[in-house]
Amino acid sequence: MPEKVMTWVDERLGLAAIYNLILDRKIPKVNWWYTLGSASLFLFLLQVFTGIFLTVYYVPSPDHAYASVQYIMDEVAFGWLIRGIHHWGASLMVIFVFAHMLRTFFMAAYKYPREITWLTGVILLLTTIGMGFTGYLLPWNQKAYWATTVGTEIPGTAPLIGGLLERILRGGSELSAVTLARFFAVHIWFLPAMILLLLGIHLYLVMRAGISATPDETD
Amino acid sequence: MSSSYDLDRRDFVKIVLAFLGSVMGLILGLPAIGYLISPATKVQKSEDWIPAGALENYAVGVPSLFSFTRSKKIGWEKTVSSYGVYVFRLGEQQVRVYSNMCTHLSCRVTWQEEAKEYICPCHDGHFDIDGKVTLGPPPAPLNQYETKIENGNLFIHFVEGSHA
Repeated sequence: MPEKVMTWVDERLGLAAIYNLILDRKIPKVNWWYTLGSASLFLFLLQVFTGIFLTVYYVPSPDHAYASVQYIMDEVAFGWLIRGIHHWGASLMVIFVFAHMLRTFFMAAYKYPREITWLTGVILLLTTIGMGFTGYLLPWNQKAYWATTVGTEIPGTAPLIGGLLERILRGGSELSAVTLARFFAVHIWFLPAMILLLLGIHLYLVMRAGISATPDETD
Repeated sequence: MSSSYDLDRRDFVKIVLAFLGSVMGLILGLPAIGYLISPATKVQKSEDWIPAGALENYAVGVPSLFSFTRSKKIGWEKTVSSYGVYVFRLGEQQVRVYSNMCTHLSCRVTWQEEAKEYICPCHDGHFDIDGKVTLGPPPAPLNQYETKIENGNLFIHFVEGSHA
């Protein structure tokens, strides 16, 4: 009976074909370093999940940002867990995405026909760092405030366009409610949307070109 | 080798993955539900005995205004509300406490000594010294607070919602 149901559903949805395409791919003999991409994907999904839950209580306004984070940590049931996973997951994700990039580089997996996979990966690494940068301000504590002050001053030192760049990042000449609101918007809408799009391309290309074998002495 | 067991390597990996996945899903999923419903499980304390100072500070026979504030923290937002009551001392140990909130539309009434009445400035509602309506639109007498006297100090029983 369950067999029949599965066949009926699959005839209509073609899930088995998708499953085979995504998970039953042929792969060369590889090692544990080749799991870093999947690990990064897992961490990203974890960040999406915990991030969505954090927005239930977090308020991106200088009046309430700090207090709402304290509320999540001290009063909401398992708030410490959700924020803790988001906090540590963020650092882990940067580490894993970076290690994933190093593996791809040292295994020379960026070459033909995988150049576009590599390029989308480079942008994904940058957006991941961007997520870290924008997310760091959101708790609106001393560390967040001054880290962002310095972090936005750095592009400010660029010749000619530095001043403009800094004002665009801050939404004005100083760190303010506007800065917090735009960092929040970039953190939960702009960058995640970009990551989803690039991740889609990245994963499609991984499935299309397959995994490159580890280089040997003939390479 | 695999023929001696029904479970091959692939199925073993699938089962382990499904098991670990379920464990991780539960570890994250169950707290997430608690996280969402958490504020609903907290009930705010909505009544208290407000100390109003020594009873002897209030003149006998003349209602006098006593104001107090209550602060409340809901989520991350703290709100402070102020309340006013008229303490009317009838005798040495006898006291009545009325809310200064008009029962019509919640304006603040004031005691007018020359008229011997509480008068509401909004729609000219009048209440006598016992809080009963004598004139105007108020539908009910002034709300009265429960009181207690301990060691010569007056306490007012504040119950949220009943007088607001």
